[in-house]
Amino acid sequence: MSLAGGLLSGDVRALARAISLAEDRDPQATALVAELQPQTGRAFLVGLTGSPGTGKSTLADALVKVIRDRQQTVGVIAVDPSSPFTGGAVLGDRIRMSRHTLDKGVFIRSMGARGHLGGLAAATREAIHLLDAYGRDVILVETVGVGQSELEISTICDTVVLVLMPESGDAVQTIKAGILEIADVFVINKVDLGGAEKTRRLIQDAMALGPRQAWRPPILMASAAKEEGIGPLWDAILGHQAFLKESGGLAARRQQRLKQEVVALVAERARDEARRVLDGDTAVGRRLRENRNGKLNPYALAEEVLGQRGPQGGS
Amino acid sequence: MPAQASTERQAPDQAKRRRVLTAKVGLDGHDRGVKVVSRALRDAGVEVIYAGLRQTPEMVVEAAIQEDVDAIGVSLHSGAHMTLIPRILELLKERNATDIVVFGGGIIPQDDADALKKIGVVEIFGPGTSLQSIIDFVNKGFKAA
Repeated sequence: MSLAGGLLSGDVRALARAISLAEDRDPQATALVAELQPQTGRAFLVGLTGSPGTGKSTLADALVKVIRDRQQTVGVIAVDPSSPFTGGAVLGDRIRMSRHTLDKGVFIRSMGARGHLGGLAAATREAIHLLDAYGRDVILVETVGVGQSELEISTICDTVVLVLMPESGDAVQTIKAGILEIADVFVINKVDLGGAEKTRRLIQDAMALGPRQAWRPPILMASAAKEEGIGPLWDAILGHQAFLKESGGLAARRQQRLKQEVVALVAERARDEARRVLDGDTAVGRRLRENRNGKLNPYALAEEVLGQRGPQGGS
Repeated sequence: MPAQASTERQAPDQAKRRRVLTAKVGLDGHDRGVKVVSRALRDAGVEVIYAGLRQTPEMVVEAAIQEDVDAIGVSLHSGAHMTLIPRILELLKERNATDIVVFGGGIIPQDDADALKKIGVVEIFGPGTSLQSIIDFVNKGFKAA
């Protein structure tokens, strides 16, 4: 059976293989995702982001439990960083979700970021489409542990959950631009550590300073490890989904997302093309390799690369 | 392609990555070895999915399939290797996934290691194994030296 056929008939191996092809940037994956396109667009896409060690994976595990209790199927994509030196990675998110391994309604996939910036992997979008076509009701995407400006998650999900923990910064941190702005739902995890109320107030104050918006991101408190506050968190996420549907925001977000995806695809091709031109047997490539004094002008070289349309092939 | 290794880092987003699932199976909390091996494989450019402690053979095989790994590395120090490792091989057969290679490590007597290799385990790494020999094994496409 074809990979697409297998995937649509619920074959786990076909799904897993297809995601690998996407991760390896195999052209087959592009064709497959294009073929499955009509079967997508049904899943609810939820992003979980936050700094390393705030409990995103444990929270994902607890959310999966709640979602399953409510009779929906789940796909989890958990991204962890890859080494910039070797490309290797230790993907350790799955370990927090071990108890769902044998549940047929849960599919968990770990991904190395493989040099992609922004908190996700290049193949995360494809993996979402594949899980969507596979028929998952909810897709949870967990980013790598992020800092202040890895915001790509907001361009691929319907609802972004920002996971914070107590004592993670003072009032200046909360008025900064970036990650706090993309949250549709805040959750302060590890409430049992103490100091959570102060963090909640800081976030609340910062939100109050912002422009009045139709959606006011709620601030939830939870302890993922103790499975406290998870039901209300999921309800808050569903509240945002309902808001998006009523306000027409969902269609707008999805349209925006489509644009971003096209831009990302074009950019990826352009990057590959640029590498091919520079590594290949081209005038500009030779000049770059033979240059010893560092006196080349990068702007001029870039123009030259952009002028070289069509594949020049590697040597 | 010209060798650019010295001036350009490997493009981690380009090549096909090898993926390995590592796990502790059964009731066994000795996870130092598996963590050290996972780290060494990472440094050898492998994507290691560490499944953690107290995994059943069923969980290991299911996770390996979802993660689409090339190999499963199981670590046992509990003495249950002659039960748990053959069960993993059996499950891989049932799932038509015998292309996933199985290797092991931990406290496994030589006779048992030989018996396990006879039924399809590609390699058993005992105490004193150098990390380099495990990395070589992976780099040779999961074949014994």
